[in-house]
Amino acid sequence: MKLALVTDLHANREAVSAVMAHAQAQGAQRYAFLGDYVGYGADPAWVVDLVRGHVAHGAIAVRGNHDEAVVIGPRPTMVPDACQVVEWTREHLNAEQLDFLAACPMSATNGDCLFVHANAYAPAEWDYIQGRTEAIRSLHATDRRFTFCGHVHDPALFHLTATGKAGNFTPTPGVPIPLSPQRRWLAIPGSTGQPRDGNPAACYAMFDTASATLTFHRVAYDVDAAAAKVRAAGLPEALARRLIHGG
Amino acid sequence: MEAEAPANRPGPLEPGQVVDGFVLEERTHQGGMAQLWRVSKVGSDDPLPLVMKVPRIKGGDDPATIVGFEVEQMIMPALNGVHVPRFIAGGDFTRQPYIVMERIEGESLTPRFEAAPIPIDEVVEIGAKVATALHDLHRQHVVHLDVKPSNIMFRPLIGVDGKAAGGGAVLVDFGLSRHDHLPDLLGEEFVLPMGTGPYMSPEQVQFVRNDPRSDLFALGVMLYHLVTGQRPFGAPTSVRGLRQRLYRDPLPPRTLRPDCPAWLQELILRCLEVQHERRHQSAAQLAFDFQHPNQVVLTERAQRATRSGSLQVMRRWFSAMGTEPAAGASASGQTTRSPILMAAVDVSGADARLLDAVSSTVQRLLHTEPGARLACVAVMKTNRVGMDELLDGDGSSKHVNLLVQLKRWARPVLQAAGTATAAASDEQAGRVTFHVLEAPDVPGALLDYARKNHVDHIVMGARSSGGLRRYLGSVSAKVAAEADCSVTVVRTPALAPERER
Repeated sequence: MKLALVTDLHANREAVSAVMAHAQAQGAQRYAFLGDYVGYGADPAWVVDLVRGHVAHGAIAVRGNHDEAVVIGPRPTMVPDACQVVEWTREHLNAEQLDFLAACPMSATNGDCLFVHANAYAPAEWDYIQGRTEAIRSLHATDRRFTFCGHVHDPALFHLTATGKAGNFTPTPGVPIPLSPQRRWLAIPGSTGQPRDGNPAACYAMFDTASATLTFHRVAYDVDAAAAKVRAAGLPEALARRLIHGG
Repeated sequence: MEAEAPANRPGPLEPGQVVDGFVLEERTHQGGMAQLWRVSKVGSDDPLPLVMKVPRIKGGDDPATIVGFEVEQMIMPALNGVHVPRFIAGGDFTRQPYIVMERIEGESLTPRFEAAPIPIDEVVEIGAKVATALHDLHRQHVVHLDVKPSNIMFRPLIGVDGKAAGGGAVLVDFGLSRHDHLPDLLGEEFVLPMGTGPYMSPEQVQFVRNDPRSDLFALGVMLYHLVTGQRPFGAPTSVRGLRQRLYRDPLPPRTLRPDCPAWLQELILRCLEVQHERRHQSAAQLAFDFQHPNQVVLTERAQRATRSGSLQVMRRWFSAMGTEPAAGASASGQTTRSPILMAAVDVSGADARLLDAVSSTVQRLLHTEPGARLACVAVMKTNRVGMDELLDGDGSSKHVNLLVQLKRWARPVLQAAGTATAAASDEQAGRVTFHVLEAPDVPGALLDYARKNHVDHIVMGARSSGGLRRYLGSVSAKVAAEADCSVTVVRTPALAPERER
């Protein structure tokens, strides 16, 4: 089965539309959304409705820190730009949409896979997987062979052997990577709605569960339209520029 | 019918056993790392002969074998072409680990090593074939990193099916290999350099695992051995022993084998350069030199008769202590940066404006591709049947005449190549070569040359006058349509039509 992994959508309708169309063309049969449906972008209601629609048809969706902030208010550690967007986003979501975000679980499992927004060891603390140390910690905190998470916006792939040796890898878009059964894997597809690695193209990944191959993808979309909407909504200018430059 | 092996029994394998639909017929090899079985697929009538490679696990925890096998299972399915065995199926360690692949009918290179020194012509042929296979691998984003006699097979000239099999080299065993676009599962695993002692490149000794020029070093070690019957760096087993190759140069092959041609010593010693930037920059460029020995520029290496003195070795030893090899290479990146360009120049037929236009296009390409080599090619059209007059009216050879014209055409190109790279070293002097082909079919000869020499980009002119083109057919159109590589067709701008009177 082809499972599309989409994370950090951040209310970017143009990016999400392009990614969903690409995934469909690639033969996606199921979707897993790894959190942060809102925040930063100008189309929170549209993106939340899209995710809700897929969840109604069996998709997986876990909670992200931005989703939580919109429901219960931002944490003191949240950056000012994000806080401003949280307030704005809350005003643009209806009760059903807010209820959906409130009801998203912290993590979900399916077969060999764990889906979680930030990490497996303390999902509600929102620690970032910044490198091997956190990746190893997260891989030790679950008995599943494959962990898929977001929160970090750059695509990355970590692996851990039975003897405790870990490695990390920056994926090349479009190249299928066989995930060897001799080790455990943690994959970060990269952000759909707000890429930060210098490439403005939206990220997502496709996992073929039958062959255990993972393919990272980059999808070009109309960044200028998305940025124009951010500006028109009166959201911080830096957020518009970030979409255009991818970082 | 044999029973299927129990799913959780990776025990000893027996002839007649069936593993995942493959019947084990005969064990053909028992090595320290793996055994090989001749197998056939149950119910398949595909005539492709198959072999199953089964890793030998020593004890419960054997990371070297397990990870090497994981790497091979990851990389082999990503490879294509005649220079690797075709991957058929794989099974992992949770059940029975194996790889089923195409069985190569020919022999490995090992018996020729046992016979070394071997005839020079054979060494040259092996060098060209292995370099060609390596280029094909590097273009597929993979550095082999364990090039050695037992990992090189040769297809027979005629296959079991009676069809031509080409006789080309096939690379096997990708357990230490590195793919540009796949995770390096070995990189973090071991604290010792990975490779086979005699063949490991200096940068491999220093833990660099992404440079395709490492494979050229290993090829140089093999060729040295085939020529001289000796290993250039012995067979060290300690890291200290391995590091000696960073500062101790080998005895020049001609001191051990006086009939080794100077150009072959030049190529072998260039492969064995400690600094990867002093070796050939791509396997295709090395293969090119094996195919055109008379165009190899001879440097001090070709005449070298002794090893370096102790003072120089000491100096190198000091500098090797502190150096880290430059990282950042990749198999396909390095190969792409070092292309072979071909200028197909109709020096006797085309008009001067077109020849100038081809020249300036070639100059621009050389300027933007400092790692490129250029082959300037002219074709001397011969008759399909009967004798050709090889001498023209003045009695001088047509072939030589054409070569002279070709070199005259190339003079500004050579100057551009020289200015593009300020300090013209000996290697840069060999950057441009000249070839006159004799053939009845001009486009056919150009296409054949491009294929055999791994040309990446052909530049040629197109006749602009309609009448001639209609009468003769367009050479450039045929080349552009049928070439395996990029083709730039140069035209001179048409002159404005004359005003009607």
